[in-house]
Amino acid sequence: MAMPDVAVGVRAVTKTYAQGEAAMRALDRVDLDVARGELVLLMGPSGSGKTTLLSIMGCILRPTSGSVRVLGREISTLPDRELPRVRLDHIGFVFQGFNLFPTLTTQANVALALDLKGVGGREAARRAAALLDQVGLGAKLDAYPADLSGGQKQRVAIARAIAGDPPIVLADEPTAALDTHSGHTVMDLLRSLARERDRTVVIVSHDSRMLGYADRIVHLEDGRIVQGREAGTRETVGSWSAV
Amino acid sequence: MRTLAWRNLVHDKVRLAVTLTGIVFAVVLIVVELGLFLGFTTATSSLIDRSEADLWVTGPRVPYIEQAVPFSERKLSTILATPGVAGAAKYAVRFTQWKRPDGRQESVQVVGVELGSGLGLPWNVVAGSLDDLRRPDAVFVDEIYRAKLGVDRIGQVVEIRGRRARIAGFTRGLRAFTTSPYVFTTFKNAQDFTDLREDQTLYVLIRAAPGVDVGALQSLLRSRLTDVEVVTNAAFSRMTQVYWMFTTGAGIAVLLAALLGLVVGVVVVAQTIYATTVDHIREYGTLKAMGATNGYLYGVIVRQAVISAVIGYGLGMIVSVFVVRGSEQGGAAILLPLPMAIGMLGLTLVMCVGAAVVSINKVTRLDPAMVFKG
Repeated sequence: MAMPDVAVGVRAVTKTYAQGEAAMRALDRVDLDVARGELVLLMGPSGSGKTTLLSIMGCILRPTSGSVRVLGREISTLPDRELPRVRLDHIGFVFQGFNLFPTLTTQANVALALDLKGVGGREAARRAAALLDQVGLGAKLDAYPADLSGGQKQRVAIARAIAGDPPIVLADEPTAALDTHSGHTVMDLLRSLARERDRTVVIVSHDSRMLGYADRIVHLEDGRIVQGREAGTRETVGSWSAV
Repeated sequence: MRTLAWRNLVHDKVRLAVTLTGIVFAVVLIVVELGLFLGFTTATSSLIDRSEADLWVTGPRVPYIEQAVPFSERKLSTILATPGVAGAAKYAVRFTQWKRPDGRQESVQVVGVELGSGLGLPWNVVAGSLDDLRRPDAVFVDEIYRAKLGVDRIGQVVEIRGRRARIAGFTRGLRAFTTSPYVFTTFKNAQDFTDLREDQTLYVLIRAAPGVDVGALQSLLRSRLTDVEVVTNAAFSRMTQVYWMFTTGAGIAVLLAALLGLVVGVVVVAQTIYATTVDHIREYGTLKAMGATNGYLYGVIVRQAVISAVIGYGLGMIVSVFVVRGSEQGGAAILLPLPMAIGMLGLTLVMCVGAAVVSINKVTRLDPAMVFKG
């Protein structure tokens, strides 16, 4: 089956959280399409709805209203029990805090993502080792997360995110806890995922150092996508590879 | 899943030690209490179970073996004349006083048997022979009670209710449920030692002829005998067990202690597995975000519980075997038959997996969106 050009798209997505008797609107009728092989940077001040949007695109959070399509499939109407399968098959996650399993070696951390997909034992270990080699950690297979630097941890997390070969990778502040050099290394990896492996990569970031890596930058403010400071505009559209 | 469960479990060695200690404690407590219950139950009816009799003739409304009511020994001839009876023998069990060589008094239960009948004889004779009981005043006691009865060798002379008695042999492992040890002797001596009249007996043990239906023989004897009751060996055994274990409350206390062990085990294991789950809650959230189903997460938690159960069971059984071995030298036997040992594994697994339910509930309610919160 041919992959649609839009890997993940949201239409008129609104997300409202209850806060006591009041309601807080985290996203307000957001429209966004992210193409296959595109690296999009979601930026905006704290509380602007970036992470909420990422969670909805990652099928972790349901929108209050609106449509979410992943690889052409409408997700917002799927029952809860089917969402883990969508995440498992189509989406890899990279987290700000790495979220590695401290009790497992780097190889076991990556192999765990394969275990979720039913690939276990030696095959999972072999593939995990190959992935870690690709992110430059071939010599750290038996190391535990506590023995790694922040940059190394994030590279393990990226290896884990792509272990199941998902077409979409969503990253939440992947460089926030890293020094400049490590941040660039991580962003190089994420960009190569989009460029060389045709993955769709959506990154939430505050980090202005990362602007140069994006094909497109989307600014959010107060739950809406804005262009510059102008309200009511859908997107701030950056040029492909030329930001 | 296996790796994660195992690594989560062994990562915090102190917590693992606490978990295993809790399980071992529970296993040992349950084994000891259930073993005591079995040992007590077996001890209460051992005279009946090892009597080789098919039927017992007792005085009216005798609730258990120690509560005998004398009746005329002339009923024996009626019994022996009944078709289907292969053999019958008078039998007595009665409390009396034992005077140790040092003059101290002890309560004992004299068991009087007719040696030629093959019914109700002592078993596990480890010193002396049954023929030695034919000597005048000869008695057998169990070696467990050597110290209690103040005897340590064959030929020693003691007094039973003011009459001379001589140690003719020792048995092994014939424990009485009460604090009064069994003293085996001939029926004739037992009459003297217990002040039982010469024309009376406390029981008649009956062996049915081969091929004879015991129930039918019981009915026939009931129709021929008056003022006595005829009960099957199994029924009398059960009556005696029920009396001592439940009517007196002794068995209930032991079973409650076993239940307490189970509760302690569940609480300790639940607490530690829950604490482990909470410690790793962010990892479970990450797994959920990655697409793990609740079933996968349950699998991790249940595997931790099962691993804990198997290790805890193994260690617990090692300790239990030492306790059981130690009890063999004491007055209260703790039994650990193979079915009980196997059943304990099942019980330990149920206990640990049951204890994991609280953790499973915690993970079920986990919101995968938590992974994006800092």
